[in-house]
Amino acid sequence: MRMTFPFTAIVGQSEMKQALLLAAVEPRLGGVMVFGDRGTGKSTAVRALAGLLPPMKVVPGCRYGCAPDDRSPCIEGCRERAGKRTEEAQVPFVDLPLGATEDRVVGSLDLERALATGEKRFEPGLLAKANRGFLYIDEINLLEDHLVDLLLDVAVSGTNVVEREGLSIRHPARFILVGSGNPEEGELRPQLLDRFGLSVDVRTPTDMGDRIEIVKRCDRFDRDPAGFVADFKDSEQETLDAIARARKYLPKVQVADEMLGLGARLCSAVGADGLRGELTLLRAARAQAALAHKKEVKAHHVAEVAVMALRHRLRRNVLDETGSTARITRALAELIPA
Amino acid sequence: MTPDLPSRAREGPGVGLPPVPPDENSEDRWALALSAIDIIAAAGNRVGGILLRARPGPVRDAWAAALALVLLSRRLPGSADADALDGGLDLTATLASGTPVHRIGLLREARGASLLVPMAERLNPALAARLATAMDEDAPPLILFDEGDPDDPERERILPSLAERLAIHIDLNAVRLPMAALLAGEAPPPLAMLDEPGAVAKDPETALSVAAAALGIASIRAPILALRVARAHARANGRSDAIDQLREADMAAAAALVLGPRATRMPPPPPEEEQPPPPQEPPPEEPPPDQEPPEPPPPSDDTPGDDQEQPEPPPIDPTDMVLDAAQTTLPPGLLDALAAGTISKAPKSSGASGAKQKSITSGRPAGVRPGMPGRGARLALIETIKSAAPWQKVRPARADGRLAIRTDDLRIRRYIAQTQSTTIFAVDASGSAAFARLAEAKGAIELLLAEAYVKRAEVALVAFRGSEASLALPPTRSLPRARKELAGLAGGGGTPIAAGLDLARKVAEAERGRGRSALVVVLTDGRANVGGDGQTSPQEAALASARAYRVAGIAAVFIDCAPRPRPQGAELAAAMGARLVTLPRVDAKSVVAAVKAATTGV
Repeated sequence: MRMTFPFTAIVGQSEMKQALLLAAVEPRLGGVMVFGDRGTGKSTAVRALAGLLPPMKVVPGCRYGCAPDDRSPCIEGCRERAGKRTEEAQVPFVDLPLGATEDRVVGSLDLERALATGEKRFEPGLLAKANRGFLYIDEINLLEDHLVDLLLDVAVSGTNVVEREGLSIRHPARFILVGSGNPEEGELRPQLLDRFGLSVDVRTPTDMGDRIEIVKRCDRFDRDPAGFVADFKDSEQETLDAIARARKYLPKVQVADEMLGLGARLCSAVGADGLRGELTLLRAARAQAALAHKKEVKAHHVAEVAVMALRHRLRRNVLDETGSTARITRALAELIPA
Repeated sequence: MTPDLPSRAREGPGVGLPPVPPDENSEDRWALALSAIDIIAAAGNRVGGILLRARPGPVRDAWAAALALVLLSRRLPGSADADALDGGLDLTATLASGTPVHRIGLLREARGASLLVPMAERLNPALAARLATAMDEDAPPLILFDEGDPDDPERERILPSLAERLAIHIDLNAVRLPMAALLAGEAPPPLAMLDEPGAVAKDPETALSVAAAALGIASIRAPILALRVARAHARANGRSDAIDQLREADMAAAAALVLGPRATRMPPPPPEEEQPPPPQEPPPEEPPPDQEPPEPPPPSDDTPGDDQEQPEPPPIDPTDMVLDAAQTTLPPGLLDALAAGTISKAPKSSGASGAKQKSITSGRPAGVRPGMPGRGARLALIETIKSAAPWQKVRPARADGRLAIRTDDLRIRRYIAQTQSTTIFAVDASGSAAFARLAEAKGAIELLLAEAYVKRAEVALVAFRGSEASLALPPTRSLPRARKELAGLAGGGGTPIAAGLDLARKVAEAERGRGRSALVVVLTDGRANVGGDGQTSPQEAALASARAYRVAGIAAVFIDCAPRPRPQGAELAAAMGARLVTLPRVDAKSVVAAVKAATTGV
């Protein structure tokens, strides 16, 4: 097992890092979609965040990574069997390969058991493995439609329902969906896009100093992973503390009515369809406030997250090429007096 | 070492006699390719592996033999399924023996060796994607053989995310070796460039980063991999790979193996002026690989890091040298493409999203059928047992009392994937009306693409004018890409209908090969004046090309946009078996309506 590249050692890409942090603080945001070219550090960042998060408590031996304090019964009765014992496990990071079959994603009949002992047993798939962690899908725009549908259903409901091969099973699958893709290679269906909470654009860094620094850091990490990770221990710990603090703080953050109004006005000004945009905007603003350790959501919190939360929800106009980002920034400037 | 699969069915020019003229620095290229083997042996998976573009032949075999001397390799058979990489239950053996039989995946089995993939361009996208993920983990180094014909613009390509993760790209297509000497066991001459270690290179990270940017390589992965290659080269030559000990030769090897082949442009004379363009695979269009750099590389002496004080006497700023070295391996055709202004055409990824209508691997479940599991087909266990059950009394009972299952009881699952369609516009860009016609065709494409998410339809455009037809927009469902590529489409000149129809048909056939349904929409006034030869008139040639549609069974719509329709249009449409629509005044909306009528009506 290789060591993970430290999250705080990633040069630049601040929007992507911020979006991932918000998703870590508020899992209900519904995942992050990352648009961008290859070789911009997308998967490194997601992997790094999963590696950064503190180990979670799990029921020993549970194949679904259930939490000990969860009250819904685990389908295999691990919790009852384990009694009070708990175990610590790394927050899972599952990389869903482009060509994954439905069997591998959803899980399927455990053929080995079926053939050897005649026992009908469910072999959990990647969705079970990703429970309580991150599910990363590179080039999600190339994923087959039926898999995309399936992932969306699970991501929204937090439960994977399996009805196949004579099996009838439902198990928890709550994960933060992180998708990435290059819009030049194919568009993502709007229905799918809309279900992502946040979306960010990553560009390859153009600043030569940054590029050199990236090469240098990767090289140092190659040669001496342990030393490199140790160098960033303090900043990693700070980030970790900030996430933990923000998670604790989040329920206490107040959203005043005028902020709700601002969110609604902003959504209608830019033409973001549906309530989901508004909801995500406010949730993200709350997470942003919690990260900043503020008790109340202010207009600037909304402004800071507006582009990420709304960019991918604007109705597309074939004839208007004005970028979504520009439209949102314009609306923000009108609605929030400087 | 020829591939164990039949060679590709499409006949290309490169079956027996390679049309590529021998390369002038053939020997250097060959020596470089050999040095890559040592680098892989020294670096292993840290540099991903090697992408070797070469058609099957003695040169590639000689290289593979040289590889075999240094590094064992396991082959990934073309018929491999996902289990072949990761291991899993060997169903057939399990059923035969009654106890679970596992097989180890090739990824584990090849530890300590390398994994060799012949015909990598035809690798199924699922496997390619799995390999790409494996590159980020502890996978064995990969050696991909890309056997695609470099002259064929329609050839399949390796999944970009996989190619990107392999540090070393080598093109042996233009390399000719003195075979007799090789057979006699004579070693090729060492590469002068890499022969002497040279001076210590100052600040290698900066040099590689700056050179990558100057060559228009956007991905940050390239300089990172280049640095790893430089270090591995130092180790392979028995020198220290400490960052302040890398020599010129290490940097040159890294530049020539990693940066050069990824270049998308020549280094610009004023350094760091514009942003690098988005990453693009080199467009392999023209055969002769131009080796000689047309201009000396620009001095990039204002690079950061230059002013750091370095007390050692010998260290040199290697940026220029790195650029020089990279220019020995620029992708073939880059210069021509730059001259022709066609560099922006990013090749399509290898049809990753195409799905077969009836598939055994993916889609919605659609019952079962008898067949062998494996090759992606999954066993339908219950059905298999059901079909074996009635025979149990008849068959000799097994000693262990288990079900007696025979091969012909085996059932596999079937799936139906949604049919996806590609609409190919063949647009007459000739004559005075060209401009308006093209504009409306572009409009129609954008309208179709705007709706395309729903149906996941793709659109392509073939434009014909002057004396030939060209694929102005390869099949895509990306609106931004269509906009970008159609922006600079020109019009005017003669009307080579035959050429246009032929090219559109080829595209349609290729799309059908990807499991998509294809519809060709022809926009022309139907009067050909270019094409044919001494015996046949342009119009007759066009009719012949049109008949090929009927033979191939390709659905088509013929939009006759002559101001006053004449019989030629109708004749062509009839020959094609196409639906005829007359639109004296073409506009985007009615074109879209005609396309829709054709797709829903059939």
